[in-house]
Amino acid sequence: MSNLSNETVLARLQEQFGAAIISSETPYDLLSVEVTADKAHDIIAWLKTDGQLRMSFLTLIGAVHFPNDKGREICINYHVHSLVHNVRLRLRAFLPIEEPNIATITDIYVGADWLERETYDFFGVNFVGHPDLRRILNEDSMDYFPMRKEYHLEDATREDKDDRYFGR
Amino acid sequence: MSDTPNNKSLFSDETIDGEIATLNLGPTHPATHGIFQNILTVDGEKILASEQTVGYIHRAFEKLAERRPYNQITPITDRLNYCSSPINNMGWEMTVEKLIGAEIPKRVEYMRVIIMELSRIADHLVCNSVIGVDTGALTGFTYMFQQREAIYEILEEVSGARLTTNMGRIGGFERDFSPRFYEKLEKFLKEFPKHFKEFDDLLTRNRIFMDRTIGAGGISGERALDYGFTGPNLRAAGVDYDVRVMNPYSSYQDFDFIVPVGTQGDTYDRFCVRQEEIRQSLSIIRQAIDKMPEGNYFAENIHEFYLPRKEDVYTKMEALIYHFKIVMGETPVPVGEVYHSVEGGNGELGFHLISDGGRTPYRLQFRRPCFIYYQAYPEMITGQTISDAVLTLSSLNVIAGELDA
Repeated sequence: MSNLSNETVLARLQEQFGAAIISSETPYDLLSVEVTADKAHDIIAWLKTDGQLRMSFLTLIGAVHFPNDKGREICINYHVHSLVHNVRLRLRAFLPIEEPNIATITDIYVGADWLERETYDFFGVNFVGHPDLRRILNEDSMDYFPMRKEYHLEDATREDKDDRYFGR
Repeated sequence: MSDTPNNKSLFSDETIDGEIATLNLGPTHPATHGIFQNILTVDGEKILASEQTVGYIHRAFEKLAERRPYNQITPITDRLNYCSSPINNMGWEMTVEKLIGAEIPKRVEYMRVIIMELSRIADHLVCNSVIGVDTGALTGFTYMFQQREAIYEILEEVSGARLTTNMGRIGGFERDFSPRFYEKLEKFLKEFPKHFKEFDDLLTRNRIFMDRTIGAGGISGERALDYGFTGPNLRAAGVDYDVRVMNPYSSYQDFDFIVPVGTQGDTYDRFCVRQEEIRQSLSIIRQAIDKMPEGNYFAENIHEFYLPRKEDVYTKMEALIYHFKIVMGETPVPVGEVYHSVEGGNGELGFHLISDGGRTPYRLQFRRPCFIYYQAYPEMITGQTISDAVLTLSSLNVIAGELDA
C-alpha cells in the first residue's frame, strides 16, 4: 500500500480536468471536491481507470437538498474509494431543482443502478441515460420526492405542537 | 445469463421443455427470510430471469433522522441490520464522536470491540445456520440458535435489551460491564467453541452440503467490486477488503486477526468465510478481555453529549442541566460533514452525516451494504435452479431492515 495523499489526488484532478474542478475542502481528512455537473461522469470514469489513483470502488451515491441555495438546490455526492491506496474521495455536483439532470454512471459501475434509483426516488434527480429509472423504496404512485426539505415529517398544518420544543 | 465462471449450471443452453412460467418468490415466503419479492421467470426448475421488488418495510429512517436529536437516532440504527444491532449503534456513536472531535478512552474502545465481535458472531451464526436449514439440515440451526441466545443474554446484561439493543451512548457506555457480564461471557467463550465445532463438523465437510452449495450463486471478484459488494460476500469472492483492517476504528489495530478470503464467491465460500470470521471474532474477544485497559467507561469531557448517570441527575445540579439539554436536543453541535464506516455483519456500514449546527442532522445517509449488493442477485441466480436461488439469498444474508431502511 503506497502513500497517496489528498493533495496528490487533487493535483491530478486539476491537471486532468482543470476548469471542471470548482473547489475542494478536506473535512475530517476526506477530500471533498466540487465538480461541474456535466463533467462528473467523465471524472468518475477517469478515476476508475487511472493507473495512479485507481479509485475503482463506488461506495455511495447520495443527494442533499439545500432549498435556500438558488440554482444549486440539489447536491449529489459520489463517494469513491481507492482500495489499492486506501484513499477515499467525495465528488459533488450541484444541480438546479427545476432541472435536476445529471448523466448516469451505471455504465461505469453496475452497482450505481439502485443507488441512483434511490436518489431519484427521494430527491427527484433525473439520471440521464439510466436504464430503468423508477422508484425503488417508495410506492410507484407517489407523486413527490419525500426527502426534499419542503416535505415535513409531520403534518405541517398541525397546531397543537410547538416546533420550537420538538426538534427542527 | 451470468458471465461468471463461478456458477455451475445443471442445464444445457436449450430450455428443458420450453414452457415458461412466472413464479412469485415472496414477498412473504418461508424461504426468503424476510419480505423480499422476486418475480422469477422459470422454465421448469431453471431460472431464466428475475425481477426484484424491494421497499416493503421502508420506514424512512433518513427522513426520521432529520428530526431527531443525535442521541435519539441510535434506536433507529438498531432496526437496520437487526441481527447485529450493536454494530450499527456503535457505528453511529462513533460517527457523532468523530463529528464533535471527542476523545474516547481506550477502555471504551475495547469494550465496544467485545460487543461488536459478539454481535458479529450472532449475525454470522444466523446466516450460516440458515444456509443449513435451506439445504435441509435443521439440526445445526437449532443448536446454533441456542448459542445465539447465549450471546443475547450477554447483550441483555449490558443494555437490558436483546434484539434492538440501543446500546451505549455517544461517548461510551451507560455503565461498566458487570461481574455477571464477565461470568456469562466467560461461560460463552468456554462452551461455544465446542458447540461450534459440532456445527462445523455437521456441515463444512459434509458431502451433501458441499454438493448443494459449491457453485451455487457464485460471483467473481471483479464483478463483486463493480456491484459494490463489501464484507463477507466480497471476501468470499477473493477480495480482502475489511474496514477493520483498512480504516481501523475503535482500536482494531491493537488486535491480531486474519481476514479470511474465498476464491469462488459462491454459497460454500460465503459459508466458509463466515465460519472462519466467527473463530477470528472469538480470538479478538479473548484478546480484548485480556488486554482490557484501566480507565473510564465513558468520555468525561463531552458533558453535552454523554447522558449523565441517573443518580447524578437526581442529586447534582450540573448533571440535571446536561440531562435536560441532551434530552431536549439543546446541545450545540459543530457544523461539519463526516463520513464514517464500520465493518457491519454484512459489510461496510457507512454513515454520511451533514450537520448545519442544528439540534438534528441536516442530512444523514446510511450506506447499507445489503441494499447495494442485493442488486446483484438476479445475475447470480440466472441459469440456476429455484432451490439454489433460495440458498443464494440466505448466504448473501440479505436483512430486510437494512435493505429497506
